[in-house]
Amino acid sequence: MRQINDQVVARLRDACELPDLTGTKYQLVTRIAAGGMGTVYEVEDVELNRRVALKVLNIIDSENASSDAVGRIAEEARILARLEHPSIVPVHDVGMLRDGRPFYVMKLVRGLRLDEFRSKTNSLPILLRTFQKICDAVAFAHSHAVIHRDLKPENIMVGEFGEVLIMDWGIATTAGRAEKRGTIIGTPAYMSPEQARGDVEQLNQRSDVYSLGAILCFLLKEATAQRRSLRAIHQKAMAHDPIRRYPQASDLAADIANYLDGLPVSAYRENVFEGLWRWTTANRMAVILILTYLLIRTFFLFFFRH
Amino acid sequence: MNKPVFGLILGGILGIFDGLTALFYPETVPLIVGIVIGSTVKGMIAGIAIGFFARKVHSIPLGVIFGLGVGLLLAYIVAAIPDPSLSRHYYLEIMVPGGIVGMIVGLATQKFQTQIKK
Repeated sequence: MRQINDQVVARLRDACELPDLTGTKYQLVTRIAAGGMGTVYEVEDVELNRRVALKVLNIIDSENASSDAVGRIAEEARILARLEHPSIVPVHDVGMLRDGRPFYVMKLVRGLRLDEFRSKTNSLPILLRTFQKICDAVAFAHSHAVIHRDLKPENIMVGEFGEVLIMDWGIATTAGRAEKRGTIIGTPAYMSPEQARGDVEQLNQRSDVYSLGAILCFLLKEATAQRRSLRAIHQKAMAHDPIRRYPQASDLAADIANYLDGLPVSAYRENVFEGLWRWTTANRMAVILILTYLLIRTFFLFFFRH
Repeated sequence: MNKPVFGLILGGILGIFDGLTALFYPETVPLIVGIVIGSTVKGMIAGIAIGFFARKVHSIPLGVIFGLGVGLLLAYIVAAIPDPSLSRHYYLEIMVPGGIVGMIVGLATQKFQTQIKK
């Protein structure tokens, strides 16, 4: 009897996992990514003649008759459909495969993941503006009572024109929804302390604010060491006690906007000299012109006086 | 407040201060009232022109260059007015600071409403 090696088993498993799209208007192109709950494929919409992304529940989850997993993928599609925002990936279609697995179709996002984008970009203003867009999208979701719960650089795409798209809303939840206590879901490095404890009753938009703070920390790296106000912003966002964090993602975005505009930030109380320095730096050109005017006037006073 | 009005006010205020610097020159002290009024009117005319430009063109470098041009032109006109009580024309002393004041107004009018909108 011939034994099948691991490579062949893996290939067979992959082949079995491939969704049977018969009866749908989609043709499989390639696999994009696999997550804990579902796999995302690039497919061709033959009716509209465009490439889209199709997320389907993994076979293993559907075979385990995990109604929770089936329900969650449907919930993810419903949440995405509710969130019509330029930085949230839109859902185009939902359906069921012949094998009973649910799927949904969304925009095919092209670009770099935030972690890849970070490795290619060192401009602080560009990074902060990108972060602002992320905060705006999260704030929009919060305004619709949706908490993402898994915000991390790997779940954020940056397009070639600087547009930002937040992906993977698979474990997103609506505020106030009852969940089993002790359930720990998310990514440890970006997870708030209450999320890491599985304290689901404490989970709210401030948990996402914590994750945003962790993302900001990741984006800034060593840049924050020299900038006290920026360091204060991410420290406030990542405060251990949720009450000490920014109440809304929009408040965090506002502080970033203030920093970019050379205005004081709410997270840091600066002294007079720091305030003066910040104003001078933000209005460098005006300061140069005023100083030039005064210098010229002084020069004329001493050398052109008759 | 819109950009032309802002330019008018800022140009006028800077014009007053610019005119008051004539106090440092003994030969122009007796003429200070006329100089300050003239400088204020010049600043207001420059300011309103720069303000209208800023409303049409949203560019800090172009706004500053336009301010410089208007400031220099109006300062030249003022400096060229013959005054029998003065021994000479003060082209350099009037035009150079006038040009810089125009640049300041140009920069301020470009930035003015952009910051308010944010």
